[in-house]
Amino acid sequence: MRTLIKGYGIRFDIMVFGKAGKFHVVPTLLNIGAGLGLMGLGLSGVRLQPLCVRSLSLTASQNATLESPPARADSTFKVTMVPGDGVGPELMTAVKEVFKSGDVPVEFEEFHLSEVQNMASEEKLNEVLTSMKNNRVAIKGKIHTPMEYKGELASYEMRLRRKLDLFANVVHVNSLPGYSTRHNNLDLVIIREQTEGEYSSLEHESVSGVVECLKIITREKSRRIAKFAFDYATKKGRSKVTAVHKANIMKLGDGLFLQSCAEVAELYPKIKYENIIIDNCCMQLVQNPYQFDVLVMPNLYGNIIDNLAAGLVGGAGVVPGESYSAEYAVFETGARHPFAQAVGRNIANPTAMLLSAANMLRHLNLEYHSNMVSEAVKRVIKQGKVRTRDLGGYSTTGDFVRAVVANLRHRPLH
Amino acid sequence: MSSMMILLVLKCLSQIIFYCICFAFQMQTVTIIPGDGIGPEISTSVIKIFEAAKVPIQWEERNVTAIKGPGGKWMIPPEAKESMDKSKIGLKGPLKTPIAAGHPSMNLLLRKTFDLYANVRPCVSIEGYKTPYTDVDLVTIRENTEGEYSGIEHVIVDGVVQSIKLITEEASRRIAEYAFEYARNNQRNSVTAVHKANIMRMSDGLFLRKCREVAENFKDVKFTEMYLDTVCLNMVQDPTQFDVLVMPNLYGDILSDLCAGLIGGLGVTPSGNIGANGVAIFESVHGTAPDIAGMDLANPTALLLSAVMMLRHMGLHGHAKKIETACFDTIRDKKVLTKDLGGNSKCSEFTAEICRRVQDLD
Repeated sequence: MRTLIKGYGIRFDIMVFGKAGKFHVVPTLLNIGAGLGLMGLGLSGVRLQPLCVRSLSLTASQNATLESPPARADSTFKVTMVPGDGVGPELMTAVKEVFKSGDVPVEFEEFHLSEVQNMASEEKLNEVLTSMKNNRVAIKGKIHTPMEYKGELASYEMRLRRKLDLFANVVHVNSLPGYSTRHNNLDLVIIREQTEGEYSSLEHESVSGVVECLKIITREKSRRIAKFAFDYATKKGRSKVTAVHKANIMKLGDGLFLQSCAEVAELYPKIKYENIIIDNCCMQLVQNPYQFDVLVMPNLYGNIIDNLAAGLVGGAGVVPGESYSAEYAVFETGARHPFAQAVGRNIANPTAMLLSAANMLRHLNLEYHSNMVSEAVKRVIKQGKVRTRDLGGYSTTGDFVRAVVANLRHRPLH
Repeated sequence: MSSMMILLVLKCLSQIIFYCICFAFQMQTVTIIPGDGIGPEISTSVIKIFEAAKVPIQWEERNVTAIKGPGGKWMIPPEAKESMDKSKIGLKGPLKTPIAAGHPSMNLLLRKTFDLYANVRPCVSIEGYKTPYTDVDLVTIRENTEGEYSGIEHVIVDGVVQSIKLITEEASRRIAEYAFEYARNNQRNSVTAVHKANIMRMSDGLFLRKCREVAENFKDVKFTEMYLDTVCLNMVQDPTQFDVLVMPNLYGDILSDLCAGLIGGLGVTPSGNIGANGVAIFESVHGTAPDIAGMDLANPTALLLSAVMMLRHMGLHGHAKKIETACFDTIRDKKVLTKDLGGNSKCSEFTAEICRRVQDLD
C-alpha cells in the first residue's frame, strides 16, 4: 500500500494538512482512494501522468539485495531538466550518460533558462513552470544570479522557488568513504527555509545613500519548515533537531522562528530539540561537528551553513541536495555555485549531481537503479584512482563519468 | 670654583628634568576595564606581564556598570567616559550582560557611546595549540554600527515580523577606508570584500560599490570581492587563501566567530574595536566564566593578545613583539599551560612563566 502511494507521487499528505498527528487517517484514506483512482485511469489508458507499469513488488523490499535487474519498463518517468549556468550543462551531460548506460527508465525534458546568457524571459520561465507542474520532479543546475539588476530585484532562481513554493531545501552532508578530510565520518542534514527570510528581495533606497533591506519572518512558514524538519527526522530515524538562529539580536524576527520551532518540537517528544546561535554554531561546526544531527534554520543562515558543511566534507562538488514543496521535488547540488571558472575545462566534479540524481531515482521509487548509481559513484571515489581536481586528483569530468559507467552493476546487453 | 659647582649642579638638574619630561611623555595612559567573572584575574595577569616587560603604560582602572543618567537614558559612568576620552585607548575584560536588569547590553552601550564602528579580529594559528587548521593568518574587519543589527524590528500583523537591515553610504565608506589603512599599516597584501550582492542587490550592492571606490585610492593593496557562501566554503577547506576580510555586520559576526573556531576558540582570540575620534578599545571576546571565577584557573591569553594588539596600535612594536613571542613560546613548550589549553597549571603560574620569558628576552 505504501509503495502504491509513493509511486503516484502523493507523499506529502502530512505536509499539506499542516498539523501533525491529528489527521493521519483521513489523508491516508484519501490517498488510497486517489491512488486507486489514478491506477484505474492509468490502466484505462488515459495519459494523466505517465506511470512505470512493472511489478512493484520487486522494489518494495528496502533491504533486498537484488541479483538480477528488474524487468524492462514499458514506459519511462518524465523529469524536467534545467541545466543552468556555469558547469551545469556539463554535469547534466554526466547524469544523462550514466542514466543511459544504466538503462534507467527516466526521460528528460530540457529547458535552458539563464539570466546571464540572455536566455531568460517570462515565457521561458512559464514554460519551465508548466513542465515542472506536469512532471512534478525536476533536476537542475544553478541559475546564476548576476549582481546588476534590470528592474526586478528577485532573480529567476528565487522566482522559480516562490512560484513552485519550494520551501524546504535539504542538504545531505555525508563524508565520502575513501576520501578523508579534517573531519571524517560526518553525517548531517541541513534543512533550510527557502522562500522568505533575508531573501525577500524587498529593498529600497529611502534617501540617497541609505538603503533598507527587509527580512520577513512569518509564523506560518516557520512552523511549516519546523514541521518538515521534524517529519524528516522521524522518517529517517534521526535523533536530534537543532534550530539555528540569532534571536539574541533579532529578538522579534528570529524570536518568532525560534518560538515556532519550539511549539512544533512539543508535538514530537521522541526527537530531541535544541537551539544554537548562528555564530556559535559556525564555531562548533569547525571544532566539533559531530554534536549536530539535523539542523533547521531560516534562509541566510542556511546558505552559510550549507556551504560551510559542504566544505567540511570535500567541497561543493560532493554534496547533493534537494528542494521540496508540498507537491514538487527538485534535485540539485547542495552548495549551489555556477563555478564559471571551470566551464569548458572538463574539470568539474559530477559526484554531487550524480548522487542527487540517485536521490531523485529513490524519490521516483526506482530503488534498484538509485542504489546502482550511488554505489557506482561511491566505489569510484573509494578506489581513489580516478579523482577530479577538487578532490586532489588529475582526472577530467569525462574520466570520472566513464569510471562510474564501468562500475554500474547493470548494463543492457545490447 | 663655585661657578663650576653651580654649572655642574645646573647640568645635573637639567638632565634630571629632561629625563622626567621624556618619561612623562613616553608614559601613556590606558583605561583598563577589568570586567566581571574572571575579568579581574586576567587583567591583573596582563598588568603584571606588562610590568615585567617594562612597557611605558600607566593604567587607570574604571568600572562601566550602567547607570541611569538625566532624562532616564542608560549610560556608562561619567568617570569612565572621561578617562576614555582622555586616554583614547582602552582594554576591556569580559562583561556580564544581566538578563533582567532593564538596561541594554554593556557592549552595545560602549559601542554607541564611543561610536566604535570597526571590529578587528586577527586570527593567527597558535603553534602548540593544535587544531585541524594550521597556518591560519587572516584578519576580519567587521562594520559594527548598522547592517542587520540595527535593531529596527516590528510586528506587521500577528505572525509576520519584519526586520530591517540598514546599509548607508557613510558607514560603508568608513569601514572600507579603515580596512585599507589597516592593510597598509600592517603590511597586508590584499583586502577581500565579503557580500551577498547577488541576492541583496541594493544594500550589499551599495556596500560593494563603496569598497570599490575606496580601493581606487589604495592601489598598493590588492582588492578582491567574494560571495559570503564561497568564502565559507573555501575557508573551511583552505584558510590560507584569505588575508584581510571586510564585511557588513552580520556576516562579520559569523565569519569572525568561524575564524576564531579555526584557531582554537574564543579563549585565544584577540579583538579590537576602533571608534571615531581615534578611540580604540581592545577586548577579550570570551564570556565571564562565572564557574571558574576567583579560582585562579582562567586563561589570560585572549586578553593578553588583545593587549598586544593595543601596543601595536599605539606604535610600541618592540614591546608587542616581545610579549607576543613570550606568550607563544610558553604555549609551544606546553610545560606550563592552563586547563583549557590542555595543561593543569594555574593562571598565576602561567603568568609568572610568561613574565620570566619576557625578562629573559630583554
